[in-house]
Amino acid sequence: MSILVFAEHDNGIFKKSSFEAITYAQDLAAQKNLTVTAVVIGSVNPNLSELGNYGANKIVNVKGNNLNTFSAEAFSAAFAKVAETENASIVIISNTYSGKSVAPRVAVKLKAGIISGVVSLPDNNLVVKKTAFSNKAIAFVKLTSDKQVFCLVPNSYEVKSFNLNPSIEEISINIEDSAVHTKSIGINKTSSKIALTEAEIVVSGGRGMKGPENWGMIEELADILGAATACSKPVSDMEWRPHSEHVGQTGITIKPNLYIAIGISGAIQHLAGVSSSKVICVINKDSEAPFFKAADYGIVGDAFEILPQLIERAKQLKHS
Amino acid sequence: MLVCLSVVPDTTSKITFKDNNSKFNTEGVQFIINPYDELALTKSLEIAEKNNGTVTVINVGLIDTEPSIRKALAIGAYDAIRINSEPKDALYVATQIAAIASKNNYDLIFTGRESIDYNGGLVCGLLGEILNIPSLNVLAKLEVEGRIVKASRDIDGGREDMECPLPCVMSAQKDICEPRIPNMRGIMAARTKPLLVVEPVAENDYAEYVSFELPLAKSGVKMIAADNAGELIDLLRNEKKII
Repeated sequence: MSILVFAEHDNGIFKKSSFEAITYAQDLAAQKNLTVTAVVIGSVNPNLSELGNYGANKIVNVKGNNLNTFSAEAFSAAFAKVAETENASIVIISNTYSGKSVAPRVAVKLKAGIISGVVSLPDNNLVVKKTAFSNKAIAFVKLTSDKQVFCLVPNSYEVKSFNLNPSIEEISINIEDSAVHTKSIGINKTSSKIALTEAEIVVSGGRGMKGPENWGMIEELADILGAATACSKPVSDMEWRPHSEHVGQTGITIKPNLYIAIGISGAIQHLAGVSSSKVICVINKDSEAPFFKAADYGIVGDAFEILPQLIERAKQLKHS
Repeated sequence: MLVCLSVVPDTTSKITFKDNNSKFNTEGVQFIINPYDELALTKSLEIAEKNNGTVTVINVGLIDTEPSIRKALAIGAYDAIRINSEPKDALYVATQIAAIASKNNYDLIFTGRESIDYNGGLVCGLLGEILNIPSLNVLAKLEVEGRIVKASRDIDGGREDMECPLPCVMSAQKDICEPRIPNMRGIMAARTKPLLVVEPVAENDYAEYVSFELPLAKSGVKMIAADNAGELIDLLRNEKKII
């Protein structure tokens, strides 16, 4: 019996969320005396044995017709076939866009129960924590089904080093053309070098930045820190920044290690999207801004005076 | 077309729990159509108007969701179905909706990207698999040309343009359209539009919500003087060790 992990990769480069899912699976496997099998779909050739570092006992690389580009239909069909041959009772899939399009299809194929938004290992009563009410609460949820699919939120489980020497098996599964209806036409990457949903550090600007022409400082700070850039809802509504940068209840929900908010007051809808960040820094000229109550560090002051100081100090430390 | 609606607490609601943190406290909370579902509804109406189609809304909920269903009818849905049951979890809801959908040959089934209460984001994919039709998740753009859907789905760090033939299941993300506000004529018409109530089909296993907790409050904010702002960078590096 094994726990099966969907190891998501982007043109052969594994996502960090896949490592987290594998470590999560190995910690769960240790509790239940199971092993961890990571499933890598596609004919790109990532460094497969790397997954042993994070806790995979076995790696199954599935190649075949219709498995070179992502589609929920083909990938879920291939994954479910491996789940059957590996006799998997538990499946771990990252709570990412692609993960979430594969996971429900896998759950139906395996007749499994499914919980998304998972942020903890199951306890002794099989209860996991999941995000609820757009991060305004945590729910404790229990699955009673024989088979279970969990979608693990990126950045919610820390990777560990296991240094296993996994067995690697390459198998061929061909998915009929008639079983795949969706077709990818092309991918448009946003300008930010680091994907917001995957970033460990996020620098975010609000109305206090006064206009799109002032974003150079946000971008410069983000660049030095290796961070992604984000913005509040009013900023994307006014089209100062693209909608893809809007974090909050109706935008993207993020969970970075560090969130730096500049000129954002912290409305409840904004907090819902960012409050799970491990460390929050708030810079706002209004000392009464509600965001300070949710912050770890705060600076009351004008963004145009504070940002240059942060940029300068970050540069100094980077070069020291 | 079929549009799946969840009824959820308003985005400004303060979230609290009762009965030893086992139940959501609905006291003083205003309930609305899930904002993403409302976008799915508006987009379907746009498609219906261009293609001479009709839009049915469906909700799994008890009678207290009916005011929201009437609002959907006021926005422009043609008729409505309420499956008379608590929406226990995503798989339960999808199974109930699929039981109706499998009898009705809808060309397009539409959901929101997730409900803002339980944040599952699973019903779209579950419906696709149960009904054995394609599913596309988290769409920021969608056009129907003949029997082909041209859509753009969110991916990490960007968007992917996709094509898919009808019938299919889609989920709506912000940006797909602007929500519509019901006008007086719509509100009047909604009162007499058909709202069919059906009983749920049997279903065994589902996720059980045992209890809830509120996130831990921050232990307090450490303030840094504005003329010494660079100190923040030092603290993040030395105290928190995250940069």
